[in-house]
Amino acid sequence: MKFELTDEQTGFAEAITDLMRSADSVVVARAWAAGDTASGAGLWKRLADLGLTALVVPEEDGGLGGTLVDLAVAFEVLGHELAVGPWIESAALAPQLEGEMVTAAAAPLAPYAADAQVARLLSGTAGATHASIDTTRTLTEVSGGDPFDDAAIDRAVLACAAQLVGAGERVLADTVTYAKQRKQFGREIGSYQAIKHQLADVRIALDFARPLVFGAALGEVPVSAAKVYASDAANLAARTGLQVHGAIGYTAEFDLSLWLNRIRALGTAWGTPAFHRGRVLAHITSTAPAGSPAEVI
Amino acid sequence: MDLTLSESELAFQAEVRAWLAANVPAEPLPSMDTAEGWALHQEWEAKLAAERLSVVSWPRDVGGREASLIEWIIFEEEYYRAGAPGRVSQNGIFLLAPIIFDHGTPEQQARFLPSMATGETIWAQAWSEPEAGSDLASLRSTATRDDERGGWVLNGQKTWSSRATYAHWGFGLFRSDPNSAKHAGLTYYLFPLDAEGVTVRPIAQLDGEAGFAEIFFDDVFVPDADVLGAVGAGWNVAMSTAGNERGLSLRSPGRFCAAADRLVDLWKTNGDAAPQARDAVVDAWIGAQAYRLFTWGTVTRLADGGEMGAAGSINKVFWSELDIQLHETGLDLLGADAELLETPWMDGFVFSLSGPIYAGTNEIQRNIIAERILGLPREPKGLSNKEVAR
Repeated sequence: MKFELTDEQTGFAEAITDLMRSADSVVVARAWAAGDTASGAGLWKRLADLGLTALVVPEEDGGLGGTLVDLAVAFEVLGHELAVGPWIESAALAPQLEGEMVTAAAAPLAPYAADAQVARLLSGTAGATHASIDTTRTLTEVSGGDPFDDAAIDRAVLACAAQLVGAGERVLADTVTYAKQRKQFGREIGSYQAIKHQLADVRIALDFARPLVFGAALGEVPVSAAKVYASDAANLAARTGLQVHGAIGYTAEFDLSLWLNRIRALGTAWGTPAFHRGRVLAHITSTAPAGSPAEVI
Repeated sequence: MDLTLSESELAFQAEVRAWLAANVPAEPLPSMDTAEGWALHQEWEAKLAAERLSVVSWPRDVGGREASLIEWIIFEEEYYRAGAPGRVSQNGIFLLAPIIFDHGTPEQQARFLPSMATGETIWAQAWSEPEAGSDLASLRSTATRDDERGGWVLNGQKTWSSRATYAHWGFGLFRSDPNSAKHAGLTYYLFPLDAEGVTVRPIAQLDGEAGFAEIFFDDVFVPDADVLGAVGAGWNVAMSTAGNERGLSLRSPGRFCAAADRLVDLWKTNGDAAPQARDAVVDAWIGAQAYRLFTWGTVTRLADGGEMGAAGSINKVFWSELDIQLHETGLDLLGADAELLETPWMDGFVFSLSGPIYAGTNEIQRNIIAERILGLPREPKGLSNKEVAR
């Protein structure tokens, strides 16, 4: 029994973080949102060279043979550093050995294909295009696309949940930094209990979201449970982060907005909370009777 | 990451499960806060102890079986799943014993731990005072040196002392240096509740039962042998977290997983009549699973030599609020029958309401999380004792 990341996994996360920070991933994301996808494609290639899109492809097929825990580790960083591009599709839903940028719709969980303006649509015909509140995501209607198997969908949901945890962590970290600097009534706003207690609640929510994501990666709980909890926790981080920042947080210019809008978008992408609560309910009411010995600890 | 149990852990699990299945009373025992229920709970503790199941993680010579932290969690999981009686010895075995292991003399360990393990001696905590609640360090009860008799004389008043109505011994902090303020000059004392000068006045709780009490001290003599840790070091002794590996700051996930499973069962029978409770049932189950998985992470850290530290506060806020959420949802599912005392849900709900208050209010816990984990600035200093006295 060991419920903790290995040094190798932590090192992998650090490698992704370093690469994205040295590439200025937030600047890349802003360019991507403005329609200039060149720097984003460059960063994509460097991350793909680390093996990200082939992470869960078995070794015998030429991939890295990583586990779903490895996948969750990577996606938490992608959320934290605001990765752009169809990572969920290309690394989780339909992992790409050659690092190609691909996309797909998977109704009803993901009725639109993300980033089809730059990525290859795996199947079906592209239709009308819509803007998202997350300006780094362009959404395209797809007709006649092939369905995905349950394992592929579950990987995508897991990756989405992990990204939400990462994005929530980033908002919390940036908000704590702000609350230590910003002074009102002669002292740091972070010294007031009204602020402290809200931020403590975000810390608590994220601390319990992460084990669910890794637990889902290990098959201990349905991925739906992780998605529900991670999106609630990330939403709490976003709402609190905005409130603590005040008006500056409400501006498009301030980078916080990028994460706030990402969290809002991913909260309903890959299955709404209502959809996933329904799946959890089906799981807990249909499996072996509660408390039966078959249940693992 | 790997959540599979070893062969020996699985064998331990099977043994505990089989024993509980054969021995847990078919009918719930009467409340431990009644004379009849108290006696039956003490008998149950003796039965557990005879199998070395009352304090599995303790050393063998004081009644345990040297179970690992993982095995302790397994035990707790099985215990609550089996619906076994509440632990009347809880204050002693979870709050006091870790301190005795770390700070007690060998003589104190030999004298106090075995009878605590069998449930023969039940302990009550005596922390709060009428004017010292969340601000515990402002406590005023005194301990005066008595060189002639070789000990200390206690005076003052403690309150909200869980189990003190029927318990045999108490433990708590007293101000042994009259010139000290706040955390300094406090000493940790152990005292029999039938000692001369001790008066215990039961307090009826929200549900009418005398689960806690006030304790009055009128020149109560405590020999040096019953001082726990160094004189003047009481605050650090009481707050030391070194006892984590014996389960001090962990609240076992077993009780919440078992409650969540019962909630799902209740949903199966009553859900049609209370469809609005659907999301709350799901969220309560997810919350219990989150707590279970989070705890395995904590256990891994502690087993690798890590410390609980301020993370215990994250734990405490979460489980105490989850417990209320679980029981509120159960009551929602019962509809108009919720107020009836014949189901276990109202009893559990009323108990859960105390969770965010005891063991450090959740407001205090959130301050700790904000200041010690997030690193936010401390509040400007409050008033000292002397300033308050003015």
